Amino acid sequence: MLPSTFDYVAPTSLDEAVQALAAGAGDAKIMAGGQSLLPMMKLRLASPGMIIDLNGIAGLDTLEESDGMLRIGALVRHADLENSDLVRDRYPIIHDAAQHVADPLIRNRGTFCGSLAHGDPAGDWATVATTLGAELHAVGPNGAVVHSAHDFQTSMFETQLGMDQILVEARIPAPKAGQGSAYLKIERKVGDYAAAAVGVMIVLDGTTVTEASIGLTNVGPLTINATDAAASLVGKSIDDAAALEEAGRLAAEISEPSSDLRGPEEYKRDLVRVLTKRALRTAGARAQGKEA
Amino acid sequence: MSAPTVSTVDGAIGQSPKRVEDDRFIRGKGNYVDDVQLPGMLFMAIYRSPFAHATINSIDTSRAEAMPGVVACVTGDLLAQHGLAWMPTLAGDTQAVLATDKVRFQGQEVVCVIAKTAAQAEDALEGIDVDYDPLPVITDPKKALDADAPIIRSDLEGKTDNHIFTWESGDADATDRVFADADIVVKLDTLYPRIHPAPMETCGAVADYNKATGKMTIYLTSQAPHAHRTLFALVAGLPEQKIRIISPDVGGGFGNKVPIYPGYVVATAASLLIGKPVKWIESRTENLMSTGFARDYHMEGEIAATKDGKMLAVRANVLADHGAFNAQAQPSKWPAGFFNIATGSYDFQAAHCKVDGVYTNKAPGGIAYRCSFRVTEAAYLIERLVENLALQTGIDAAELRRKNFIQPDQFPYKSPMGWEYDSGDYEKALDIALDLVGYDELRKEQEEKRAKGEIMGIGFSSFTEIVGAGMSKICDIAGLAMIDSAELRIHPTGKGVLKLGVQSQGQGHETTFAQIVANELGIPYTDIAVEHGDTDHTPYGLGTYASRSTPTGGAATAIVARKLREKARQIAAHLLECAPDDLEFDSGTFSVKGSPEKSKTIQECIFGAYQSDLPDDMEKGFEDVTYYDAPEMTYPFGTYICVVDVDKGTGQVKVRKFVAVDDCGTRINPMIVDGQIHGGLTQGFGTAMMELISFDEDGNCFGGNFMDYLIPTAVESPDWTLGECTTPSPHHPFGAKGVGESPTVGSPQAFVNAVVDALHPYGITNIDMPLSSHKVWKVLRDNGVSDE
Ligand SMILES: Cc1cc2nc3c(=O)[nH]c(=O)nc-3n(C[C@H](O)[C@H](O)[C@H](O)COP(=O)(O)OP(=O)(O)OC[C@H]3O[C@@H](n4cnc5c(N)ncnc54)[C@H](O)[C@@H]3O)c2cc1C
Repeated sequence: MLPSTFDYVAPTSLDEAVQALAAGAGDAKIMAGGQSLLPMMKLRLASPGMIIDLNGIAGLDTLEESDGMLRIGALVRHADLENSDLVRDRYPIIHDAAQHVADPLIRNRGTFCGSLAHGDPAGDWATVATTLGAELHAVGPNGAVVHSAHDFQTSMFETQLGMDQILVEARIPAPKAGQGSAYLKIERKVGDYAAAAVGVMIVLDGTTVTEASIGLTNVGPLTINATDAAASLVGKSIDDAAALEEAGRLAAEISEPSSDLRGPEEYKRDLVRVLTKRALRTAGARAQGKEA
Repeated sequence: MSAPTVSTVDGAIGQSPKRVEDDRFIRGKGNYVDDVQLPGMLFMAIYRSPFAHATINSIDTSRAEAMPGVVACVTGDLLAQHGLAWMPTLAGDTQAVLATDKVRFQGQEVVCVIAKTAAQAEDALEGIDVDYDPLPVITDPKKALDADAPIIRSDLEGKTDNHIFTWESGDADATDRVFADADIVVKLDTLYPRIHPAPMETCGAVADYNKATGKMTIYLTSQAPHAHRTLFALVAGLPEQKIRIISPDVGGGFGNKVPIYPGYVVATAASLLIGKPVKWIESRTENLMSTGFARDYHMEGEIAATKDGKMLAVRANVLADHGAFNAQAQPSKWPAGFFNIATGSYDFQAAHCKVDGVYTNKAPGGIAYRCSFRVTEAAYLIERLVENLALQTGIDAAELRRKNFIQPDQFPYKSPMGWEYDSGDYEKALDIALDLVGYDELRKEQEEKRAKGEIMGIGFSSFTEIVGAGMSKICDIAGLAMIDSAELRIHPTGKGVLKLGVQSQGQGHETTFAQIVANELGIPYTDIAVEHGDTDHTPYGLGTYASRSTPTGGAATAIVARKLREKARQIAAHLLECAPDDLEFDSGTFSVKGSPEKSKTIQECIFGAYQSDLPDDMEKGFEDVTYYDAPEMTYPFGTYICVVDVDKGTGQVKVRKFVAVDDCGTRINPMIVDGQIHGGLTQGFGTAMMELISFDEDGNCFGGNFMDYLIPTAVESPDWTLGECTTPSPHHPFGAKGVGESPTVGSPQAFVNAVVDALHPYGITNIDMPLSSHKVWKVLRDNGVSDE
């Protein structure tokens, strides 16, 4: 349970960090919260030759709404999101998810951006970012780059982020009038990755859905953006039980879970169906101001 | 027993002072084996088998030996030169210390690397090259006895199958006769799955051989340091006076720290050979994959009863999966422990059980995880059977139990499988529990919910335990009688030291044992320092497990204190110039009957013991020692009731309420008793809901870390509602029975019974633990229950 030998640098500016990463040439790893990286190193599933610790860089802990976007800096911890009034009041899906990412100890260190960079389909934040259509702002030796959360993951533990890029900030569009959202996760205990989890965002005009998006966690090799399920809702009433059932069915249909200790494939698929419906109901109530 | 006299002394029995040991624990000042740092200390890491069953063709350590910091690589062949490649187990089998011929389970110890730092030792594991030929694997014990099954223990001469033992108890013929004529027979086929005690501190050792003195000091995560010293002497051939085992603070044991593990032996051998201290600390994965697991009992049980629910006979047939070596920790004459307590709290005419142990390609163990020797499995089986009888007959689960309980006037009660229960009032515990849970309203609510298609269940467990081994005429471990001891020495100022043969792993002995002395001598408990765990400085004992410390070591403490109280009485009589019989003793003061102004405090008497003016022929000093051999076991009991709600959409089981009424006889420190019950209930909850070590067909172990082997945290654990009653043990010096294990023994079946009760309308009569959501979901969907 001890990692292999590695070098450690703690830059105090982003520029230095970018340079160090470029110099590390594929053998260096950025560390934010260290809550995915360090366990992998201890299990010797990863043995980077150098760790570049972001924690000494000022200004990466921004958590604020400006210019119509929620800005989540690279050092914003899960716990910061969990405890933010802004997030609780305006981004309920984030508030929901923050209470179920890992356990309270890990939430004190782990970061939103680190979770996205990790590229794990079991990660809760990738689903939230997909569902809310986040922009991911990175920087590399050639300057700034913006990725979309939608096709960010390319395969298990691989993302669009270049080996030489650092994710600096995630930006999430501020909620529109009539927007509601929710995240529901089934876990076997605190600290467990999802058996299945569903994030939903809807915009209502009265009770009619005008916009919808649905993301699925840990039910396939990638985080799933359930576009058909979401599209099926547009124009329907949020109180239309059959429409919700159909969205749940479509979400279950595109999920590709595998059987493991968290349960058989059929179970996880059915969870997607059930959770989609429940999350839509909660989001609908929230959109109508019926529930905080 | 004499019921404890109510004493006003600070910390006397029945008071709940805070735990004195917690001061250092909450300040981070505990001293665990991994905290031991010695000059020149080397570190050991273990290379383990990736295969569950494979022949070893060759082992090449040359690459590892050339790696930075590596001092030595120890192989089984090297150990064999010193006669140490194999070691005896507590169960009378042998176990490979390091594999020589073949590996028999995934995670088995093959090579140990000794290096200057822990990291260098671990790095060097990558330099060990072993050439294997994989062999067919057995993970299902039901296939272990097939004619074509590969023979796992080819090392045992003449071994032609994987059978370890058959053990029977009770009268098979009489039982069969009752069954043949019974109105009703209820059957259950259930697996108590393989789980792990998973103590917070893993196992480890620091072996420190001093070449100059020839003394071997071993800091060890041990629940039984004295017994371990003797076993080290027998196994390693070291003279016993030259071995000192120090078990410092131990971070939880739960039975996991009763066996002797290969890592201990190799660290000791390495220190002996190299002449430097060697530290070995297990990782979490090593702990979960290789050290003593628990349970893994495949049980078929049956109850015969009359139509109106009078239970007549019980029988059980068990297949016990012991893994690759029989390294379970039970008293020597009891290969299935006290499984024959399976008649539980009920008065049966006849009973019989048969247990077969088999080898499989899994880690060895079968230790008594927070359990007095297979009592957990037995209590589970009987309480599951009774629940099913209730469901089958339609008789209310509480009333069925009430109808069949052994009655208070039947004690001492001789059970059909041979135990003599000391005391009990089972109905009382049941009634308190029913009242606490609000039973009648709950059943009404359940009916209303069922009408609306909602799912809730209520589950019972009215368990009886057998603890406190105890009874050297029937119980020994490796020939050592299961006694325990206490040595009490009070200094002239009236403050002193109590030295014990038992060894706390979190039970609070430093507080409760001082309270026993406070109660007997009238000395404030804070004036008594409790020492344990260092074999050079404490009297011999068999250690702490099986809820035996208070029944044995606690009894010894009371008795040694009483001996000294009598000495104090003699001194007081001498000083007061009266006859000893003319003195009354109350809360630390002897006074002359009828003239209370003529008195001496216990402290004055103790000081007197060190002065020149003593009665003729009385020795100076104030100390004594007692070795206690319990005349009988003790039989704690209780009723637990669990209420669950089931989510039809997800299959999640939510424990809404859990009531636990325990009767453990006299309670020394009620707060500590509550703490023991909280902890044990939480472990029972983990067992019922989430814990499991499973294997695939190739013998790959699932459950080697806390992401896969789930143990409950404060977040998901239910609230516990506790109740109590007190039926003292008639044979224990102050009526205590022991409590550490009641909640783990008693609770799992309450959770399962609640879920079976909830799902019974869908034809369900059994769900095996753990009660994963997906299992419940399957029952629901298979029965057409929709999520709405
Ligand atoms: C026991 C346990 C349970 C967990 N349960 C959950 C769970 O239920 N749900 C969940 O979503 N997560 C879970 N996690 C993971 C946790 O949320 C991590 O915090 C998260 O995945 C990674 O964030 P981090 O800041 O800790 O990243 P790190 O561990 O520091 O880094 C992770 C990876 O991302 C890279 N990286 C990090 N930050 C950046 C950046 N700014 N730019 C470029 N690359 C970067 C690193 O190089 C590394 O490859 C769990 C972790 C543990 C140990």
